[in-house]
Parts: sequence; C-alpha cells; structure tokens
Amino acid sequence: MALKIVKGSIDRMFDKNLQDLVRGIRNHKEDEAKYISTCIDEIKQELKQDNIAVKANAVCKLTYLQMLGYDVSWAAFNIVEVMSSSKFTYKRIGYLAASQCFHESTDVIMLTTNQIRKDLSSPNQYDTGVALTGLSCFVTPDLARDLANDIMTLMSHTKPYIRKKAVLIMYKVFLKYPESLRPAFPRLKEKLEDPDPGVQSAAVNVICELARRNPKNYLSLAPLFFKLMTSSTNNWVLIKIIKLFGALTPLEPRLGKKLIEPLTNLIHSTSAMSLLYECVNTVIAVLISLSSGMPNHSASIQLCVQKLRILIEDSDQNLKYLGLLAMSKILKTHPKSVQSHKDLILQCLDDKDESIRLRALDLLYGMVSKKNLMEIVKKLMLHVDKAEGTTYRDELLTKIIDICSQSNYQYITNFEWYISILVELTRLEGTRHGHLIASQMLDVAIRVKAIRAFAVAQMATLLDNAHLLTGNTQRNGICEVLYAAAWICGEFSEHLEEPMATLEAMLRPKVATLPGHIQAVYVQNAAKLFATVLRGQEGVPADSTVAQETSQLLIDRLPLFVQSSNLEVQERASCILQLVKYIQKLQQKDVEVAEEVTALFAGELNPVAPKAQKKVPVPEGLDLDVWINEPPSGSESEDEGRKSKGKAVFAKEESRHTKPRYTEVDEKELAKRREVRKAEQANNPFYIKASPSSQKVYQDGVGVEHIPVVQIDLSVPLKVPGMPMSDQYVKLEEERRERNKADKKKKKDKKKREKGEKGRRRRGDSGPESEEDITPAHMVDIVTEEMPENALPSDDDDKDPNDPHKALNIDLDKPLADSEKKLPVRSHRPDEVLKSPMEDRQVVEVVPEPKKKTGKEKKDRKKSKEKKKKHKQEEEGDLMGAGSEEPVQPEETKEVAAPPPASTPEASDLDFWLSNAPVPSNPQAAAAPASTPRTASGMAAVAPDSEPEEAKDTEPEETKSSTHKKKKQKKEKEKKKKKHHHNHSDGAGDESVQNGTVEEEEPLPPMSNYALLAENSYIKMMKQDADKVCDIQGNLQDGSQVVVSVIFENKCDSFIKSMEFNVLDSLNSKLQRPDGAGPHDGLIVPFQLPPGISNEARFIFSVQNIVMPQKLKGTLTFIVKTDDSSTHEKLDFKLHFTCTSYLITTPCYSDAYSKLLESGDLKGCSLKLEGVNQPFHHLLARICFHHHFSVVERIDSCASMYSRSIQGHHMCLLVKTADQTVSIDAKCDEPGLLGNVLDEIKLTFSQC
Amino acid sequence: MIKAILIFNNHGKPRLSKFYEHYSEDTEQQIIRETFHLVSKRDENVCNFLEGGMLIGGSENKLIYRHYATLYFVFCVDSSESELGILDLIQVFVETLDKCFENVCELDLIFHVDKVHNILAEMVMGGMVLETNMNEIITQVDAQNKMEKSEFFPFFSLYRHLSFSLPGRTGRHSPQEFGWYCRCTCSCCICRKEHEPSRNAQKHQHRRHQHKSAKLTLLQIAA
Repeated sequence: MALKIVKGSIDRMFDKNLQDLVRGIRNHKEDEAKYISTCIDEIKQELKQDNIAVKANAVCKLTYLQMLGYDVSWAAFNIVEVMSSSKFTYKRIGYLAASQCFHESTDVIMLTTNQIRKDLSSPNQYDTGVALTGLSCFVTPDLARDLANDIMTLMSHTKPYIRKKAVLIMYKVFLKYPESLRPAFPRLKEKLEDPDPGVQSAAVNVICELARRNPKNYLSLAPLFFKLMTSSTNNWVLIKIIKLFGALTPLEPRLGKKLIEPLTNLIHSTSAMSLLYECVNTVIAVLISLSSGMPNHSASIQLCVQKLRILIEDSDQNLKYLGLLAMSKILKTHPKSVQSHKDLILQCLDDKDESIRLRALDLLYGMVSKKNLMEIVKKLMLHVDKAEGTTYRDELLTKIIDICSQSNYQYITNFEWYISILVELTRLEGTRHGHLIASQMLDVAIRVKAIRAFAVAQMATLLDNAHLLTGNTQRNGICEVLYAAAWICGEFSEHLEEPMATLEAMLRPKVATLPGHIQAVYVQNAAKLFATVLRGQEGVPADSTVAQETSQLLIDRLPLFVQSSNLEVQERASCILQLVKYIQKLQQKDVEVAEEVTALFAGELNPVAPKAQKKVPVPEGLDLDVWINEPPSGSESEDEGRKSKGKAVFAKEESRHTKPRYTEVDEKELAKRREVRKAEQANNPFYIKASPSSQKVYQDGVGVEHIPVVQIDLSVPLKVPGMPMSDQYVKLEEERRERNKADKKKKKDKKKREKGEKGRRRRGDSGPESEEDITPAHMVDIVTEEMPENALPSDDDDKDPNDPHKALNIDLDKPLADSEKKLPVRSHRPDEVLKSPMEDRQVVEVVPEPKKKTGKEKKDRKKSKEKKKKHKQEEEGDLMGAGSEEPVQPEETKEVAAPPPASTPEASDLDFWLSNAPVPSNPQAAAAPASTPRTASGMAAVAPDSEPEEAKDTEPEETKSSTHKKKKQKKEKEKKKKKHHHNHSDGAGDESVQNGTVEEEEPLPPMSNYALLAENSYIKMMKQDADKVCDIQGNLQDGSQVVVSVIFENKCDSFIKSMEFNVLDSLNSKLQRPDGAGPHDGLIVPFQLPPGISNEARFIFSVQNIVMPQKLKGTLTFIVKTDDSSTHEKLDFKLHFTCTSYLITTPCYSDAYSKLLESGDLKGCSLKLEGVNQPFHHLLARICFHHHFSVVERIDSCASMYSRSIQGHHMCLLVKTADQTVSIDAKCDEPGLLGNVLDEIKLTFSQC
Repeated sequence: MIKAILIFNNHGKPRLSKFYEHYSEDTEQQIIRETFHLVSKRDENVCNFLEGGMLIGGSENKLIYRHYATLYFVFCVDSSESELGILDLIQVFVETLDKCFENVCELDLIFHVDKVHNILAEMVMGGMVLETNMNEIITQVDAQNKMEKSEFFPFFSLYRHLSFSLPGRTGRHSPQEFGWYCRCTCSCCICRKEHEPSRNAQKHQHRRHQHKSAKLTLLQIAA
C-alpha cells in the first residue's frame, strides 16, 4: 500500500503520463486531432524543463503518438537526452523512442556514438542490452563503423544475455559496414558452439541470413552445421539450419547427397509440423540440385509428394497452403510426380480461401499438357466468370495467359481456340490487364503465320464492336486490345474479307474518345487498310469511282484526328490526310496509284527478342565512355543528363511489344529503311528467315495438307459477336483428335516419315507419354525472335545493383591478413567528413591518403603470400585425403585453436567431409562433379609449374588480379616481413582475453580515453590519448605517425565556425600539414558547431623520437557567431604526448612471447605499486585500456602482457599481485621508453 | 528477417507497431491500414498467410497473422522465416503477454504499449528472433522491471526480494489496477458491452481460450 501512495504522488508530479494521455485520447473521440495537438504542445513544454523525469515522460508519450502516425522527429534531440540518462528506466524509454523514430537521415544520431559506446560497456547488463536493442533498429554506417569493435568485444561477454544480443546485432553491423565481416567472422563461427543455446541460436540466425544472400562463401561451414543439425534439439535452430542447407545445396550436389538420409529420417520421426515442412522443402531443394534424376532418389520424391499430399488434404488451411507451396517447387523438376495429384489441385481451385486458390493456380501452370490444356483453361474461364474480386479475376486472367503462352506456346495445339479465348477475355469488365491480352494477340498474330487470317477476322469483329469494349469508361483498361486489333487488321490487311467495312469502323467518330496512343495506331493502320482497299478496287477497271469514294471517306474523316489534342495522332493524321489528298488528285487523273501506295507498307516485321538491343556487341575501338565532343564547361548538370541519356540508349530494354512503334517513323523513311534492311538480310548469311515466302503467300510447303481449314470455317460462326466460342473448339478439337487417331492407324508408316519435319518445331517437349500423338491443328510456324549477330549469350542482367547484401559477398575462407585482424576502430569518419556541407580542399588533405594506400598495398601483398601457402597446403591435404579414405574426424579442433593456418585446410576439409557421403550407388558420379579445386590441385601435383595458375582460377577474381600484379615486385620485401609476421600473425583469435574484461562477473568501472584538453566558456576540447598509428612496418626508419582525435564541444548558445587548429611544432613532433602550407599555418577544422553539438576531428602528427614524452603548445582560433555579431576567440591548449601514446595494442601469442623473452635482446626494469586495492582484472583492464597493452596469458594473480611501439620496440610486462601490492617486471629493447612507460603506469594507478 | 510487427484491433486501431525498416509516419499508417483491410476481410477458418506483396518490400514478403478475440497480431516476414515457426512465435508472444499482464486483454495493450514493446524487444531484435523460450523472456522482463522499480524505491527492492521471492510470480500487476481502468475510462468495444470487469475478464479469457484451443493444436504438434 505504501508503495501505491508513493508511486501515486510521483505520478502526479508529472503533468500527464502515458496512461493519462491514452485515456484522454479515448475520451475525446470526436476531436481527437485537436486534443492531441494540445497534448503535443504540453509535451513541448515538458521537454523544455530540466527535470529528466519529466522529459522521459514526455518522450514516452511521444512514442505513443508516433504509433498513431504523428511525426515526432522534432524531438530527436530530446530523445538523445533521455537516452543518456543514467537511470535505466529513462534510458529504456529513450532507446525505445529512438528505435521507433530514428533512421539513417536523423542527424542527431551522430551525437549518440559516445553515449552508446558508454552504455555498451556499462557494468549493468540491462543497460548494454537496451543499447543493443535500440542500436539494432537505427544503426547507421557511421555507428556501425565506430562501434563494431565494441560490439565484437561484447560477443565474448560473460553473460549469455549480452552475448546473444551482440551476436545478433552483428548482422546489422555487417550490412552497414561490410568491412567488419571478415574480422568478425571467426568469432561469430565460434559462437555456433556456444554453451548457451540462445547464443547458439542467434549465431545460427545471423549466419543463415548471411548465407541466404551469398551462399557460396559459407559452404565451408557445412560440416559444422551438419553436426549441429544432428545434435540440436531446438526446433527453431533446426528449422533455420535446414533452411540454410536448402540454400547451400544448389552449390554443392555432394552436400545434398549427404543430407538426404538424415533429412528423410527427420521427416519420418518428427512430430513437429513446422520442422517436417522445412525438411520436405530442403529435400526438394536437394532433389532439384541433383536433377540428374538418379534412380534411388525417386523414393525421396515419392516420400515428399506423399507427405505434401497429407498436408494438402489436412483440414488446417495453413498446412494446405504450405503443401501447395512446396508442391510447386517439386513441379519444376519433377512434374510427373505432381501431375498424378491433379485431382487434388483442381479441387483446391474451388477452395473458399483465396490464398489457397492462388497457390493452386501456380501449380496448374505446371500441370498442363497438350492433352488437358483446353480442359483446364475451360475450367479457369468458368472461375473467371464466377470470381467476385477484381484482383482474383485479374490473377486468373494472367494465369490463363501464362499457362497458354508458356515455353513458346508449347501446349497449344489449336491457335484458333487460343485467339477465341483471348477475345472472350476482352469481355471482362474492369480488368487491368488489357495490355497483356493485347500483347498476346499481337504476339500470336505475328509469330504464328497460319493463324493470321483467322486472327484478322476476329480482330475485325472486335473493331466493329469496339463500342462494347469502350462502352463504360475511359479508364477501362480493356480498350488496350483495340490497339492490337487495329494493328493486326492494318498489318495483315490482305487477309481481310471486307477491308472496306473495317476501314469504315476504324474511322468512326467514336474512335476519337480512345486514348491517344490507340488513336495513333488507328490512324496509321487506316492508311495501311486504305492501301489494301485501293489495290483491291483498282484490280477491277470499272471501279475507279469506288476507289475515289474510299479516298473521299478518308478525307472526310481524317480531319477529326488532325484536330486531336494528342500530338502523335495529329501529326500522323495530317500526314496521311495530305497523302490521301494527293492520291485523290492522281486518281482523278486516272493514274494507277495502288502499287505505289502499298509499297509504302511493304515488307515484313519480324519479332525482335526482348534482350536483342542490349546484346548488340560494342564494335571494337568504340569507347562509349569517351566524349564525342568535349563537354562545354560550366554546366555540369546538363552534362550529367546527357551522359545518362547516352547510357540509356544502350541499356534500354527493347521489348517486342514496342515493335509497332516502328510505324511512328514517317512512311517514306520507313520504306527506305525496309529496303536497306531487306538488302542487308539478303546479304547476311546469318539471318534466319522464317520462311522464304513473302507475306502474301503465307501458307505453303509442309503444313498445307494438315490444315483442316475448311472444316473449322464451316463450323464456327465467326461473325457473331458477343458469344463465347472457345467451347466449341474444345468439342471440335476432341473430334479432330479422334479422327486423327483413326487416320493414324491407317497410315502409320506414312507418319513416320513426316515426324522428322515436325521435330523442328517441337523443342523440348516433355509432356505426358501420349503427347506425341496429338498433332496440332495448324502447322504453326513460330517465328523465332531476332537477335543481333555476335550477341553473347549471358544472363547476368537481373541482379539488383542496390542490394545491400552484395557488399557482403566476401570470401570468408581466406585467412585474415594481419591488417584485417582488428577492426579499424577509430579511423574516424573520413567519408563523413566528405559528406559534410562544409567540405572543402583542406578536409580532403587532412585525411591521410598516402598512408592508406600503403596499407592497402600491404594487404595485397600479404594476400598473395598467404594464397600461395594455401595452395600448397590444399594440395597436401588433398593428397592425403585421396591416399587414405579413412573417415578421420575433420580437424575442427585445430581450427578453433589457430584460426589463420587452420582455415586453409578448411576447403579440403569440406571436400573430405563431403566425399565421405554415403553414396555407394555411384561413387564416380559423386567424385566427378565434386570439386574443381581438387582436380586442379591434383593436376598441379603432377606438373608443379602450372599449379598457381590452375588453382587460382577457382578463386574469386578480385584477389586474383591484385595478386598477380604485386607478387613479382614485392617478393623480396615479403621475405623480410615474413619474419616479422611470425611473431604475431596468429593473434586474432583471443581478443576475448586481451582486454581483460571477460573473466569476472564483477563489472568494470567505465573508463574513458578522453581527457580534457582545454575549455573556456565557449568551447571544450577533449583529447583522446593519441592512439591510432598507421603503417609501422612500411617506414620503420623515417619516423612514425600518431593520430590525435579531438572532440570539440560547443558549450555556448551561439554558432561556432571557422575553427583553426594550430600547434607549435617541436623538433621531434610535427603536425602534418597539407602540401604547400607553411610550418606555422593552422589546419582548418572541417566542420562548424551549432550550439550544444560536439564533433570530432583527427590530426596527424609525425614523430621522430618516441623515447621521451612530449608536450606541444597549440591554439585554437574560432569565430563565435551570434544573431547580430560575430567575435574572434581563441583557446590555448597543451597537447601531451605520453610514451604510452606511442604504443599500439598488438596481440601476441604465448609461444611467440616466450621466444621474445628468451632472445635476450630485452633490457629489464621493474616497478612496485603499493596499496592498490582493485581486483586484479580491473587492474589488467586498466593497463590494457590506458597503456595499450594486451594480455598474453593470465594465471591466477599473475599475467603477462605485451605491446609494441610504433617504431617496432617490443615491450613485455609481467604483472603480479599479492595483497594490495602489485609488482610489474618489464622488459623492452629500448630502456628509455620502458622507464617512461612505467612511470606513466605508476601515475595512472596513483590517480585512482 | 521479420520486417514489421503490427498489432491492431478488430477496427483497425493500431495497438503496437514495430517496423524494422524505416518508413515515414504516413507510410506506416498506410501500411497498417492496408494490412488491416487485407486481414480483416478474411474468414476465421482460412489460412493465416497472405501475400500482401505491395506493402513492405515487395513480393518476397508474406504476412503471417493470428487473430485473438479482439486483436490481430500480424508479422510481415521475408522468405528466410519459416511460416509455421512464425505462427508459433506469435503464440509464444501472446502467451508471454498473458503471463506478464495476467489475463491480458486489449486494455493492457492500450495502456501499456511501452511494456509490450519491452517484452517484444526480448523476443525479436532488429528483425531477427532473439529468444523463443517463454520462461527466459519472462525472466529477463521481470528482472528489468525489478530494476526499474528499485531505481525509484531502493528500500523497496529489498522488501520485494523478501516478499516476492516465493515460487510463482504474483502481484506484479494487481487486479485492482486492471479493474480500475475498466470502470473509469473504458470505451473500447469489448468492455462497453460488458461492464463488469471481472466477468468481462472471465469471458474474455474464455473466448480467447476457445481460439487458443483451435490454434494451440499447431503449437502442440510443433512442440
């Protein structure tokens, strides 16, 4: 009770808490918006108060309002304030609000970096947890880069609660900062075997997400996952792993073989539906990858199909849905096994659940054959009539078209039937898919020559009844079919029985209500029709008046189109009008014009393959990136526009449906082009002509005898509009097939001869057995699509360049190079600097470019070296593996102990593991597709000279090129370095020990590297202990560089700008200035500071001698800008370079460490500290943190530590503790430096 | 990956929205509305998967939802998640809420969105499933709540330790508090019809269990 009272009084202290707000909103149903706006005003008042509790309460309410759709981004800064509260309650509120409304473009996010870092290292696990959760929602590339190392450390936290969150968030970090993937991966892999199931599950989760996008990089983890799969009992983890295997098997068929057995066991044994379903799914994926169709796998297919049938028959709709979904995957490779369940699937088409119907529709796609296509489509047509929602009906429509048009109309035996189906579909009201039907009509009419006469007749009917289609509204998508109808009637007008009537229909005034692009086609094709009509009429000598009447008709009607508001229509109409007027004049002089007019439209249009344009090879010597004319200076935006336009010309996808657009070119030009093309085609031996005949003689040769044209024409009343006819075709077709069968019996041997000819058309027929027997009604000639000569067959065009996962396609099996082992922690925002509005020359120059380059070179060199090593090892491993097939446990244990060398044999491990797959049936087949690396290196063993070349081909390309270049030049240098490497090349693994934070539960006090540098009423400068040092090995002799990070914080209410940072150089230490700057010039700080904002800048110093600590005097000058005035201010500071700052944290392994001590090069020195009452691990952490040491080994109250100076001096410490006394024995090859460092360590401990 | 988690009631009023990708507030509202329209017109006994496609990230994504009494729980996920697994996860979520709020009903979600968020944060983090074990989730949520209380009443935390270290978790959310909301300000549809809080709670509970028993079969099979 007492609690209640206290709590109540505290609640009342706040103006209104979340509950009050919710209650208020519910009580103000009528004027909710108004009420909320008053609430927001109140919240704004509350946010202005200093009391953090009030602020937190306000932020909490804002989070709720955000959910209701109110923009709260204006309070972003307040949210940051609440986040930084020391109380968990408020912190949690702050982070929640941040996770709900922060995103990458929230600018205050950059202020949170240090706060988050602090929270991450908080002694309270829930502070860390809440920070991780929040960060997972709003991590930006900058945050990811700055915090990656902190999070990596947390992955080895003592608490599983933190570990699992840290592991999970790494995925987000990888996405935003792909460079972190390689260094972090070994540790992530370790976590797969974490003792805590939650952490394990998180690691599986992350790797599954990564592997889904770039599966090939994760193949080497297969053995590990396999082990997990057989040992784990957590269904969630199992599902994830099984799904992962589903993604991996397509890359490695042997993996699939190994998986099938355990998976089928699981299928048989598990009672969990979710697991069962995923197993079936993965088995299907395996079977797809093994599509070779080995006989002993038919059992697995049967098992899957059978299990899926059980799912589909289940009364639970969810299972039914999933069953159908999985079934559609089997369908792709094993259509026959699915086809036997046709009954079930057709049944699902009648299900009341739309999702299920849609899935069943998908399956239908694969169920059709020549035999049942008509039947299935008939059923679908019934559904179309019944369907209520337009979305479902549209879906049906597209499915019908998909089914019929699949693989080049493979299953259509009677195109007249198909055309009539299309015509029937045009009667659907309100469908969006008019253009789809239209493009089908065009496609069929163009590509199936035999059908043109029929198609033209149907289209003429459509045109005649155009009012039915356009009746309702303009936005009715179905009027698109008129586009196709008009074009077909025009282009193939010679098939028209009554061209005059059609011409008249095309020029009705009603046409003017159609959309512009359709009208344009109407006008153009009216001209074509006119040509046909003229020819027909001029054949009869007496009819010259009729011909003139036709011209008159056009002259009467066309002005309507000339007035059109659509430019295209207007232009064409006036062009044609003039032409017709001219023709009329000629006609009046009794000149025969028909031939000339038809010549305008002569020539045949062949379909062009959709990718044809893109595949035109760039001619040799043509560089598309080079300017044709030098760009005019000064108008950059214009240039850019032109550039992109130029690109588009070559990259644009030209689909075959755009073909009619060719007619847009004015006729004469067109005719000319046709001439040119004809000539070209005639001369081009590669040009495939569909048939040697011209357009007029369309049916000839082989097909003629098979076309029962007469029968169909008699039985189908073509001229009755509005009546479905496709059904009749179904009947007709059945009769025809009966007849054919009978015929066939009679002349069986005759057929055999013809088969050869027909084989040409029937590509890849794989329908059911009896398929062969069904002869198509028409000998259809499907015209192949034209492709440019020399077109390269490639399918690399459907990758999304913006996919964030593309950046994560990183080879993880390569051993880590030295420079990669640690994340580039504080290489502070060079790219952000570039982004900032203040960007100018100086900024760019501050960034240490030359050094970066050398760093990169180094990496490359290393890679090359290591690769060589790798190949050798691989080879050896393979020889061994080939020699003795004994099933030895793969060397996983070794792997964990020493990551870099172990990851090389990994690839061969995988091979070995896979080659043990229990596939007795066909061992040869198992080995043959097995591994290119293996065969390659096997060959290499015979001919060692070719080894590197051979094996390298299997490597990713990027490394290949770089290796090649550097290898030769740098060989000598490498050798030198090799020695150096050995000492510490294998230190990557155990950073967990390194910082000493891991072992004890007792939390560490927070430590900061930042020390106050100077401060006045305007600005505060914090210096970070000079830390990051670049490129030690490269320039051992000529001095090293130290980078100092300085945080500038604006403490006043005014804007601070034009900050200039200057230091008085000493002989020993110099501030690095841009080229051309004098030794006394200052550096401009590349940003401005609004009130209350802090930012960080880096400065590089070159140091000659590192034995002594240094002090440098400096000044910061800046302008304080208030509303009305601005004043120059300056701030003096002293930069203190301790000897510690010349040390860099370098991991070292104990064996290397002991060798170093034995070498005797080091001079000793020791130190005793009294009265240190900290726990030992705090002490170590302190030394690590403040003095850049790393722990090599720790035994009870004794630890050895190692560090290295920027000039390569080794420094070793032995720290012992016994009741409050700490003794430090130190050794270093530079006694002066050692003494100074020890003094500094002493100072550190005396301060605390 | 889970792309979004939405909870809204039978009338489309949002009760919780968590997007793991950023959208503007307007888009978020539109997504909630459209999702509601898609989900609400479906019958009770149809499947719980929807290919809503257009809304979040395109056709690769699915909506997976469950309907409990007055509330819809909708998860928008991509193809890397197991459909049935997500259904189980929703069940775990709801049962966790039930444990944390004791006979959870819509009102709890209305007045304590922040707490629901906190519970959710222990289950799903940045779109990835963090924990599926209900006891573990509850332990962590409890520990954090305890910590929160101890920040305000340091002396009380001691007291609490003594009195609540009994087996079972009691009294964290007293029933009076729950009833109090109902009497005073409840205008939500379930409560308006049935004014008496205790009976309402019972009925609600009963109804929910009916639903549960239908859906639970799945969970039991899966477990």
